[in-house]
Amino acid sequence: MEPFVRLTGKVALMDRVNVDTDQIIPKQFLKRIERTGFGQYLFYDWRFREDGSVNEAFELNQPQSQGATILVAKHNFGCGSSREHAAWALGDYGFRVILAPSFADIFFNNCFKNGLLPITLPDRAIDHIFAQGARDSAFELTVDLEAQTVSDGALWQVGFEVDPRRRYNLLNGLDDIGITLQYEAEISAYEERRRTG
Amino acid sequence: MRPKTLFEKIWDRHVVVSQDDGNALIFIDLHLVHEVTSPQAFEGLRINNRQVRRPDLTFATMDHNVPTDNPFHVTDEIAGKQIETLAANCKDFGIELADLNSANQGIVHVIGPELGLTQPGKTIVCGDSHTSTHGAFGALAFGIGTSEVEHVLATQCLWQKRPKTCEVRLVGKRAPGVTAKDVILGVIAQNGIDFGTGHVVEFTGDAVRSMSMEERMTVCNMAIEGGARAGMVAPDEVTFAYLQGRERAPQGEQFDEAVTEWQALCSDEGAVYDKVVTFDVSLLDPQVTWGTNPGMGISVNGRVPDPDSFATETERRAARQALAYMGLEPGMPITDITVQNVFIGSCTNSRLEDLRAAAQVARGRKVAAGVRALVVPGSKQVKEQAEREGLDRVFLDAGFEWRATGCSMCLAMNPDFVPPGERCASTSNRNFEGRQGRAARTHLVSPAMAAAAAIAGHFVDVRELGREAAAASV
Ligand code: SF4
Repeated sequence: MEPFVRLTGKVALMDRVNVDTDQIIPKQFLKRIERTGFGQYLFYDWRFREDGSVNEAFELNQPQSQGATILVAKHNFGCGSSREHAAWALGDYGFRVILAPSFADIFFNNCFKNGLLPITLPDRAIDHIFAQGARDSAFELTVDLEAQTVSDGALWQVGFEVDPRRRYNLLNGLDDIGITLQYEAEISAYEERRRTG
Repeated sequence: MRPKTLFEKIWDRHVVVSQDDGNALIFIDLHLVHEVTSPQAFEGLRINNRQVRRPDLTFATMDHNVPTDNPFHVTDEIAGKQIETLAANCKDFGIELADLNSANQGIVHVIGPELGLTQPGKTIVCGDSHTSTHGAFGALAFGIGTSEVEHVLATQCLWQKRPKTCEVRLVGKRAPGVTAKDVILGVIAQNGIDFGTGHVVEFTGDAVRSMSMEERMTVCNMAIEGGARAGMVAPDEVTFAYLQGRERAPQGEQFDEAVTEWQALCSDEGAVYDKVVTFDVSLLDPQVTWGTNPGMGISVNGRVPDPDSFATETERRAARQALAYMGLEPGMPITDITVQNVFIGSCTNSRLEDLRAAAQVARGRKVAAGVRALVVPGSKQVKEQAEREGLDRVFLDAGFEWRATGCSMCLAMNPDFVPPGERCASTSNRNFEGRQGRAARTHLVSPAMAAAAAIAGHFVDVRELGREAAAASV
């Protein structure tokens, strides 16, 4: 997994609540057996009209969203299906960070496994970012996982919480399985305890 | 000793390693696998030269993109590849698979309980959010992503932060015609689609005690639609009676021993939940969703809400977007909404009792002109039993299609989908945009309500349909 330490990037704003994983990656694209190549299908039914033409009105198709690495949305982002394809699609499209006031649990988990950093910020901070973005289309944010801050490089900065274990793994690009296998003795002992009642 | 909740009892028994930062390595007793969320996990094992630690605790089936007209005729090449890949992976890693030839094949959340694999006190995971279904037996069951599938395959464990607990107390007595599906739709409409985020929900109260196992499964299945990590119901005599004699449940003396153990699986008197929600089922009518998330539900006798009636601007906008997508006007009576498609199936409502309830409505009646109605049993066992009872005849005579098992129109990964702009009365669990097909409009209802809509051609209170028929037959 690619480590994540710090990132400065353009911001794409999605003023929507309850964005579900069926929208993030529609089911017709779940049939692939690889982890890669999902970016082209991200938000497919919103990005493209039925005839395949680009839907300019959709947030990610607007000029200021081009090349964005940070996605900002409203409450309960990633609800619905457990499909990890949603995290793969966002990452493959180019996003590394998602900011929202709240996330659905399974999606939140899946992000960390794929070098994608979901950050829960208070409504006030999210509103501030939306207001800034509306004023300045070239607006950038810096996300620092080491310092646990989001800032606009000028005056505004906000801290965020992140589970220490997830932070460590992401900072170092560590894969969970490798770590867990170090607990082989504990797992075997547990299995033995269960076997013998 | 401090009183514990059901969740805490199961959690504590499964901690392998616990860390100071609140994370724990949890042992998994049953890992269910299906074709859509597993290929990348097996690929990961291969790349890293890892084995499946406990094939004996792993069980696979094919359900999501299996065609239900002729399951052996997979016309979609990539879907076919996924089905073949699962078969090859199971063979290579020594995992038992209920494939298309197996008498046990079906939707993963239907066959787990049916085979008796799902048992009280177990930790159960699957790469599918509706794994919450299995909590109906007093198991701790939750959906995971593909990376976690790989993690469980390799280690039989998962790192978890201990979730919070939420009690949903279901009180009162349901009116006739009001089903478990209506109860859970009502709970979510009242509390929102994220009330359970970060929590394991335990359903308690008389209204859940009086439910059958299948009804409890419907309720727990949709706990995830309220955002919950898992849904659960403490096991009782109803649970034990359901499990007795099931193929993979403990047999004979071992069963009695198991029951003794299972009886301890309840929240202790005085146990504290992080959150408590109460819901009175006695006031409930049959529900119909009008919008694009499962929380946008209302009584069948109600009207499409006015977006301006919502409290916040964000909600108003979401409601406006939903109505535009659904092609509905505020103030319109729900019973004026016509349907062109009806889907009775999915891991929420495709079990025997569901089919019986729908058949009871369909018996001796005809599907309205212009309506396409599908009945898709959740498993081969359900299908066979239904056929023994003659339910297939009832449906076929009424003009429903009687299909092979699978997820089908629930997520339309197989050839069953709702055409653009058309409506579907569906017994599934998600009415998200495009879920049943591009621009398809989904209304979630119970099986009896879906059958009633098929007959009437529009939504109708199933109790009224009964009365009309009764009046006509006098
Ligand atoms: S029936 Fe629908 S919700 Fe259930 S497992 Fe299949 S696709 Fe998922």
